[in-house]
Amino acid sequence: MHHVLMDQWSRGSSPLHARDARAKILALLVFLIVLATTAPQAYSTLVIDAIVLAAAILIARLPLGNLLLRAAVVLPFSILFGAISWLMGDPVRGQGLVEKSYLSTVSVLIVVGTTPFAALLQGMESLGAPRLLILLAQFVYRYLFVISEQAQHMRIAAASRQGARNQRHRRSRLHAASGALAVLFARSYQRAEGIHRAMLARGFSGRFSTLEGRAFRLSDGLFTAAVAAFLIVVRVQ
Amino acid sequence: MTPLIEVRDLSFEYEDGTRALDGVNFRLQEGETVALLGANGSGKTTFVLQLNGILKGQGSVTVCGMPLIPENLAAIRSRIGMVFQDSDEQLFMPTVLEDVAFGPMNQGLSAEQALSRAKSALAQVGLDRVAERAPYHLSAGEKRQVALAGVLAMQPEILVLDEPTTFLDPPAQRNLYQLLRELPQAKLIVTHNIRFAAAIATRAVFFERGKLVADGPLQEIIDRFGWNYADLPAADLRYAAHRRF
Repeated sequence: MHHVLMDQWSRGSSPLHARDARAKILALLVFLIVLATTAPQAYSTLVIDAIVLAAAILIARLPLGNLLLRAAVVLPFSILFGAISWLMGDPVRGQGLVEKSYLSTVSVLIVVGTTPFAALLQGMESLGAPRLLILLAQFVYRYLFVISEQAQHMRIAAASRQGARNQRHRRSRLHAASGALAVLFARSYQRAEGIHRAMLARGFSGRFSTLEGRAFRLSDGLFTAAVAAFLIVVRVQ
Repeated sequence: MTPLIEVRDLSFEYEDGTRALDGVNFRLQEGETVALLGANGSGKTTFVLQLNGILKGQGSVTVCGMPLIPENLAAIRSRIGMVFQDSDEQLFMPTVLEDVAFGPMNQGLSAEQALSRAKSALAQVGLDRVAERAPYHLSAGEKRQVALAGVLAMQPEILVLDEPTTFLDPPAQRNLYQLLRELPQAKLIVTHNIRFAAAIATRAVFFERGKLVADGPLQEIIDRFGWNYADLPAADLRYAAHRRF
């Protein structure tokens, strides 16, 4: 599963993994702003941005091909919107949409793939992201595993009671899948209640405390400053 | 001697009007292990959820001398360690170690103290080797033991276990039994597993339609309510033995 793999990547070891989450989030923000303000036909800038991302992937020892492939998940959407822009007489905008969305996704995957999710959220919180949003993200991420496991069980149960695969059955399968989705939703709700009870029983009072209280070191600051300075210089030239 | 738990005339209704508990009286003394028996839906789990204020009914609950009121909730939840039936509901942190440290961190301990508690609790259940693993990668037995470690790390005075043997294979049940036998805390065990209850409980209570209808030695309760496997035919293991050799 996608998030299982990202979880494994994020627990690797490399100079990029060793950086504080806040340093990486800030560098990512600068990258995204620089990218968003780059003209779609400023090819030299875009190529340098792509090289920066490729270098980051190599330094982080993440699987280059796999990561680029995963980032391609955004392409169907961006190509669709790009095509709409092109049909409306603005092909440059359409091209920019595709280029920038793909590079943005790669950059986000690099940060997520080099930062354990808990540290990432902690970093976002300390940079001022709303607590409610962080709390929601924590729950959604942690229970993706449980919900997907439940969905898998239901799929197996449905498949076990399934006959031959013809057109009529395909329709009934679709009908069964929609019912299963509703049941999954109800079960997820029940599960959420159970989780909340279990958390209260262990003294949860609305605030997650984590074991890792990492300090923002000088090297983290230098990393962010160097990345930001490089990207800005490339952009303005 | 002041009981660890004292419940007087406890009643509870769910929002849909289902009366889940009806005038329950109960006491738990230090060193006791009490099995909570009864049919599905008889009110056992609802009852244990009242003890640390997760559900709130009518009547009085006192834990370690403290009445169950909002001001005492944190202290009471530190004293009652609850292991839920479904371990997936209890384990939610990214690693086993962080999960076990969740309770101690909520108790206000420093990260170092919480880490030290978590490590010794994991060693206590014999799972220190999985400390850095993700909880969802563990087997059902390991998840149950980690859930127990998460509660032990809070150093409670009372352990409440809801169907602790569900999903566990016989060796895992045996490990759990040995582990529980060694723990000094008073225990409340909600279970349908009569053999497990007989091995570990010093006393039993029986729930029927929200009422606590019997309290006494386990064997007496089993006999009175026909709560055993006597009617089932004995297993014929000859074929299994033949296949094995």
